[in-house]
Amino acid sequence: MTSYGGSGAPRLAGLAALAVVPTAVLGVFFVLPVTGMVSRGFVTDGALDLGGVLEVLGRPRTRRVLWFTVWSSAVATTIAVLLGLPAAYATHRLRWPGRRVVRACLLVPFVLPTVVVGVAFRQLLGEAGPLGFLGLDGTARAIIAGLVFFNVAVVVRGVGAAWESLDARPGEAAAALGASPAQVFRTVTWPQLRPAVVSSASVVFLFCATAFGVVLTLGGLRYASVETEIYLLTVQRLDLQAAAALSVVQLLAVTALLLLAARLRAVPDATVTRRAPTPRRPRRADTVPLVLTALVLAFVAMPVLALVTGSLRPDDSWSLEAYRALSGRGSAPGQGGTALLVPVTEALVTSLRTAVDATWMALLLGGLLALLLTRRSRSRTERRVRSVLDGLFMLPLGVSAVTLGFGFLITLDEPPLDLRDSPLLIPLAQALVALPLVVRTLVPVLSGVDDRLRQAAASLGAGPVRALVTVDLPVVWKPLLAAGGFAFAVSLGEFGATSFLARPDDPTLPVVIFRLIGRPGPLNDEMAMAASVVLAGTTALVMLLVERLRVPSVGAL
Amino acid sequence: MTVSGVLGALLLTSCSLIGTGDDDSAADPSTGTSGGTVTGGPVVLVTHDSFSLPKKLVKQFEADTGYELELRSNGDAGSMTSQLVLNVDNPLGDVAFGVDNTFAGRALEAGVFAPYRGEWPAGVEDFALPGDDEGVLTPVDNGDVCVNVDTAWFDEQGLEPPQTLEDLTDPAYEDLFVTSGATTSSPGFAFLLATIAAYGEDWPAYWEDLLDNGAKVVPGWEDAYFVDFTAGGGGARPIVLSYDSSPAFTTTDDGSETTTAALLETCFEQVEYVGVLAGAENPTGAQAVVDWMLTPEVQAALPDSMYVFPVVDGVEMPEAWAEFAPRPEEPLAVDAAEIDENRDAWLTEWQDLVSR
Repeated sequence: MTSYGGSGAPRLAGLAALAVVPTAVLGVFFVLPVTGMVSRGFVTDGALDLGGVLEVLGRPRTRRVLWFTVWSSAVATTIAVLLGLPAAYATHRLRWPGRRVVRACLLVPFVLPTVVVGVAFRQLLGEAGPLGFLGLDGTARAIIAGLVFFNVAVVVRGVGAAWESLDARPGEAAAALGASPAQVFRTVTWPQLRPAVVSSASVVFLFCATAFGVVLTLGGLRYASVETEIYLLTVQRLDLQAAAALSVVQLLAVTALLLLAARLRAVPDATVTRRAPTPRRPRRADTVPLVLTALVLAFVAMPVLALVTGSLRPDDSWSLEAYRALSGRGSAPGQGGTALLVPVTEALVTSLRTAVDATWMALLLGGLLALLLTRRSRSRTERRVRSVLDGLFMLPLGVSAVTLGFGFLITLDEPPLDLRDSPLLIPLAQALVALPLVVRTLVPVLSGVDDRLRQAAASLGAGPVRALVTVDLPVVWKPLLAAGGFAFAVSLGEFGATSFLARPDDPTLPVVIFRLIGRPGPLNDEMAMAASVVLAGTTALVMLLVERLRVPSVGAL
Repeated sequence: MTVSGVLGALLLTSCSLIGTGDDDSAADPSTGTSGGTVTGGPVVLVTHDSFSLPKKLVKQFEADTGYELELRSNGDAGSMTSQLVLNVDNPLGDVAFGVDNTFAGRALEAGVFAPYRGEWPAGVEDFALPGDDEGVLTPVDNGDVCVNVDTAWFDEQGLEPPQTLEDLTDPAYEDLFVTSGATTSSPGFAFLLATIAAYGEDWPAYWEDLLDNGAKVVPGWEDAYFVDFTAGGGGARPIVLSYDSSPAFTTTDDGSETTTAALLETCFEQVEYVGVLAGAENPTGAQAVVDWMLTPEVQAALPDSMYVFPVVDGVEMPEAWAEFAPRPEEPLAVDAAEIDENRDAWLTEWQDLVSR
């Protein structure tokens, strides 16, 4: 093992060893399937056919779809950041009763199946719904509201994790010298926070740009995004050429966005003084962020409440029937129905098991990557390699689940990589989706650690592991928990890739919910909602427990 | 440098904290590949995500034949068919169930299935796929996509419910109909086919009238039925696209009557098939699965498990189905090969009409 302070070949070999596992995983489970799928579209009758691809890009419909994707995602991202920042502040810097619960609740939308939330949203907004008078049903505004609903948590948690442990003293000093709160924020806080904000915003943008269910359910058939279009072209029409053209555009756009984000993220000196989080009591000046947080909470709560109400009111009267039915298999009691192969409760267990696997995979790969990305570069080439790696691991977020899912099946089909049947495929696919979140949460914090601390540790005789545990771990502990929570939630809620890979006799909860709501049956609708509520409740509970985990006795080392 | 080795080992031994030990799925590949006439060993059934049959029946099949049935699901019926076509040279399994008559043309064209025809009980022949000259597909179940009406709502309003496709363009029913999209849902596509069967080349004109009369098009069946339909989730529209079996699920509390009805002149018949995959590793096992799907036990389980009707004659139906789900005499139909040929053109034109 080399030490971090080491130099030359051993040091590089150490870094390469860190990189090898994540890169191999990405190569096999992302690069290979996507190129496999895209090349099917580019090759017609054994010859490369670029003319056909260009023709697809020239279609007016393609341009309309691209434009809609870009602007709706940009607007949704902006709103999510504007709403998320004050909420991140209020839930991570201030101490007030119930803030942990609020933090956990804000993450709930993240796991909710879009189909069911879509239906709940539409029962509110639809012609006969209580908010029907707003005329939002099937509009672009409804899509954007949906996107914000699902993604505001990314900003709250991502930025909150970095904000939480910022040293408050420089800001207090500035204030004591007469700076107004706005000045403090602009000159002291913002520069330290910017990398985290840009990180979160780029993740949100990618999520929005590849959203599938939200666009479809809330936008009706008038709006199409790149993602819904790829689904249509691949699944309905088997027009692989057009799908490949769109996938490539999607990849290029994502790459451009990542380059831009890297540039915006870069700060002259990433080093940030961090301390153990010391949230303080709210002051009068904190009213605005607190009120905004309450608004965000209300916004997030609305569709969730609609879900809860829906699940409790089969036949227009209050009852727990739908919940009792969860241990059964759907359809009407007395009719002997078995809409599902397994009871919903069993699917929940499958979901939790898968999520545990996906979480450790994402944390392991993401942790390695984050370490690798935040070591100080010794040369320009090294820095380049780092930033390429950084971008590469964000790509899975920006690529269509359909392209990836189909790609899995056509490329991972021969020994030694005949993985179509492997039980590892689902958690791995989910971990790939969660990976960028993990990396983006950890990197801003890790890069803020002063490298001299590690050097000091090394010169005092600490090995690399010990330096890691004493210098990096305490700083990164909270963000690591946040990232783990994210990964867990992503896995619990993932539907796109999972629906292609899950075995019908061992489905995850979102797959079961989708199946329940897709067919008639007197209780199926309510059961789908009840199952969603259970999923949401489980998530909130897990998040609360995760928040309680503390770094084990760092001081004793 | 043992780090990567340890990590690799960790990756390979995916260890969950919450385990229920139901991990007997990995079948032993060493059994059942020692010649042409093997029995036993795993047989892989590729199917769509609405597949469901009682576990008891699966166990019985395994006990009777010695095969182990492994299920592999690949999204909805459309997605499954596309994947079968893409993987035609290295099939996803041994046998596939769930390709329906709206997608069968695509699968036949690509040579996804190998010929096999077992003993067909009485009734099955009626559902054989026209144009399947090689005899590769065996019908398993069927169901009709029909316009449904909330009869209770119409009674209350003192309005006569519509009867035909033509009625839906009548101003008396303005703003009352909701359907799911042809590009985004399987029943939606079936409804488009119904209008094509009824109006031939003039179907775009019919759709223009329909949309002018305030028909609402939503993405999924669940959106139409659970959000916009008056009898489904308290929506505002009493006419919805659903199935001929749906009225069996809207019975009153005492079960004496149903509050909705299917319009039997608007139905398009969907038939689901099973077939042995070309290049299957276990063709005999695949054939056993095909035969199994036509056994009385499986056929009788279909309505409750997958909400579809059996193809074999004389299978006993659940009470509510027998009473409240009458079938159309002559459902509308479009030839599978014609669907395959025109799908793109039809969907493009339909999409233009709807997003206009």
